[in-house]
Amino acid sequence: MDLRLTEDELAFRGEVRAFVRDNLPASIREKSVAGRRLAKDDYVRWTRILAAKGWSVPHWPVEWGGTGWSPVKQSIFLDEVQRGYAPEAIAFGVSMVGPVIYTFGSEAQKKRFLPGIVDLSDWWCQGFSEPGAGSDLASLRTAARRDGESWVISGQKTWTTMAQYADFIFVLARTNPQAKKQEGISFFLLDMKSPGVTVRPIQTIDGGHEVNEVFFDDVRIPLDAIVGEENKGWDYAKFLLANERNGIARVGISKGRLDRIRQLAAIPVYGSGPKIDDPFFRARLAAVEVDLKALEMTQMRVISNQRRDGKPDPASSVLKIKGSEIQQATTELLMEVVGPYVLPYEDPEALTNEPPAGPDWAGPAAANYFNTRKVTIYGGSNEIQRGIIAKAILGL
Amino acid sequence: MDFDLSSEQQMLRDNVARLMKKKYGFEQRKAYLAAANGFSDDLWRAYADLGLLGAPFAEEDGGFGGGPVETMIAMEEFGKALALEPYLETVVLGGALVRHAAAPEQRADLIGRIAAGDLRLSFAHAERQSGFDLNDVGLTAKRDGAAFVLDGEKGLVVNGDSADALIVSARVAGGRRDRDGIGLFLVDAEAPGVSRRGYPTQDGRRAAEIAFANVRVAPDNVLGSPEDGLPAIERAVDETIAALAAEAVGAMSEALAMTVEYLKTRKQFGVTIGSFQALQHRASDMVVALEQARSMMYFATMSAADDDADERAKAISAAKVQIGRSAKFIGQQAVQMHGGIAMTYEYKVGHLFKRLTMIDGAFGDADLHLRRLGDRGSLFA
Ligand SMILES: Cc1cc2nc3c(=O)[nH]c(=O)nc-3n(C[C@H](O)[C@H](O)[C@H](O)COP(=O)(O)OP(=O)(O)OC[C@H]3O[C@@H](n4cnc5c(N)ncnc54)[C@H](O)[C@@H]3O)c2cc1C
Repeated sequence: MDLRLTEDELAFRGEVRAFVRDNLPASIREKSVAGRRLAKDDYVRWTRILAAKGWSVPHWPVEWGGTGWSPVKQSIFLDEVQRGYAPEAIAFGVSMVGPVIYTFGSEAQKKRFLPGIVDLSDWWCQGFSEPGAGSDLASLRTAARRDGESWVISGQKTWTTMAQYADFIFVLARTNPQAKKQEGISFFLLDMKSPGVTVRPIQTIDGGHEVNEVFFDDVRIPLDAIVGEENKGWDYAKFLLANERNGIARVGISKGRLDRIRQLAAIPVYGSGPKIDDPFFRARLAAVEVDLKALEMTQMRVISNQRRDGKPDPASSVLKIKGSEIQQATTELLMEVVGPYVLPYEDPEALTNEPPAGPDWAGPAAANYFNTRKVTIYGGSNEIQRGIIAKAILGL
Repeated sequence: MDFDLSSEQQMLRDNVARLMKKKYGFEQRKAYLAAANGFSDDLWRAYADLGLLGAPFAEEDGGFGGGPVETMIAMEEFGKALALEPYLETVVLGGALVRHAAAPEQRADLIGRIAAGDLRLSFAHAERQSGFDLNDVGLTAKRDGAAFVLDGEKGLVVNGDSADALIVSARVAGGRRDRDGIGLFLVDAEAPGVSRRGYPTQDGRRAAEIAFANVRVAPDNVLGSPEDGLPAIERAVDETIAALAAEAVGAMSEALAMTVEYLKTRKQFGVTIGSFQALQHRASDMVVALEQARSMMYFATMSAADDDADERAKAISAAKVQIGRSAKFIGQQAVQMHGGIAMTYEYKVGHLFKRLTMIDGAFGDADLHLRRLGDRGSLFA
């Protein structure tokens, strides 16, 4: 047992840190530090910078653009990129559909779709949830029927994150209404420009536009738009959701936010002095850091475990629960540091050069707190994760 | 001890509740929000007609002789509906400043106009550097004969962009953080030298950053002794916190009611989600949090009129702590148990959550009051 990073891993960490510092465009970094929304172009620009270095899909097989790094190095990479305020990889392509395609897809699908994910020339979104199928995803009703040389998709998805930017959507649809719920579902790859696809925005409580409703009105797609076998979509979805959960701890993002909190807390913004002088506040900051350190170690344990048996670990539910709770805790601390100037509202979608109503450093701290309530709801809600732990780990 | 409302108070509650039910559906509220001032002038008139705007003022000042209980009743109903009108700013906070600082003739004049619905006030007090410290006042008031001239900036003035008049705190003497030397001045919002930048707030209301450049205040508009305004400010803020406690309890009870309704109707896995024990227990904890908050709302309401500043401050801080904690738990869990739908702007629960968050942050969050309470010693002394 040795919990220290090796010389090689330390050197690697330094290399990644320097790369992010030297290559992340300042305009993107500033927005991320302030907690402001990134534009589509910001994601694309950063992904291209990473892709040029060969780092945009580190965990993928080398032949499709992966790096061949050990799981420890992958996690160091993620941590450094997140803590350095770089945009997150668009998980829908990189961590969700990409691995599904290279694991279960046809050669033609791999060739067609994987390169576009590597440099984000194809933006993917996730068409799983429906109004009636949230936690109970398997009760989904979007249907696909075969008609000549096409599949015809009809139904509705909802909460589809960043569908307004997407070129493609991966969709779970029912192909056998007679079978047991989980057994009649297939996994499709669908061009958002197909006739019959309509995207309708949903505004979230922070005022932003990041989720959408997506309607399929008899959308015709080619027969080869199905992944793997017909009626086996649920297995691919489970594989995908386990991958999604792994990325969701976001340790580096929480570290970055804690850095920001410490930075703001050190400035004497209020007459009574810097917030960090307040022992009460310091104690609460320290408590969150303890939680985060433990999570970081837990994540490392889950990762090294995976290395041995290759299967997803139900302990990844621990990562999801703690990671999401810590993200929320850091947004609360940030609001506290900002203090009374959390009150002004900035339209997150507005493209304006008008200075904010409050001081510059205040940023949209409250909006981020509101928005971050989503992390205990999506990716399998924390209640669902507790159910998984009870069943899969405890056998209850 | 008697927790019962008098029959007049019961009637007041029924009247406000009826008005809210009729006029404050969530869809109707969207129309009020869209107005330039961010609320409904018609409802303001309706509040005047119901006697709400004069409720907490003494009869000899032109009010209807009520007090903190009447304020509590109105605020709780406003909280359920997420009412947008500047009742807290004008009647509760502005009104309290007038009651505690102004001379009798000023009082009669201002309160009469408030009660009639002809005067909307905002308190311009916070500054960029002041945080939650009520004594931190940098905007200056220089004597010019018997008049004063104001210079400086105020921020986070809730409804400051639509108020008819501003009560401005200003430093007449001493250093920026001294307790002595703070005066209160009534300034017409359109007076020369006043410039206001209005903006929406995170909880769907409006506020303003306001600059004062060479603003002359006539002697008649100096509220009380110009060097000793802080006790009145502290007292007015204590009363405002008590009123906010009631608004929060209203918002919490609405969030709980909506959540319970959702648990009974939303189905997943072939059953209503309210059949999951994990959610039942969480909803039960929300009830516990709400009842604790309601109790402290009563405690704050009863203490709001306490003349002993120390006892009053203790009670108010204790209430703020409980309200803040309950509001956070209930707001967060209401969102969590609704799932994705609560994250949408279209749906009321998210707005209740946001308002509750801002109430926790107003006039010092739960932790700040906990610290103050810790400094003041036992609640049971
Ligand atoms: C901001 C945001 C972005 C999203 N992005 C996407 C996306 O890109 N693509 C996509 O497909 N989906 C997306 N989702 C959807 C997300 O996965 C669902 O919201 C989630 O699965 C929960 O479903 P629901 O909202 O219908 O809530 P419900 O399933 O109705 O749950 C309501 C409440 O009941 C609880 N509950 C449900 N079942 C149980 C149980 N058995 N035991 C105990 N408690 C239970 C839940 O935990 C929750 O608290 C997104 C959601 C949000 C909020």
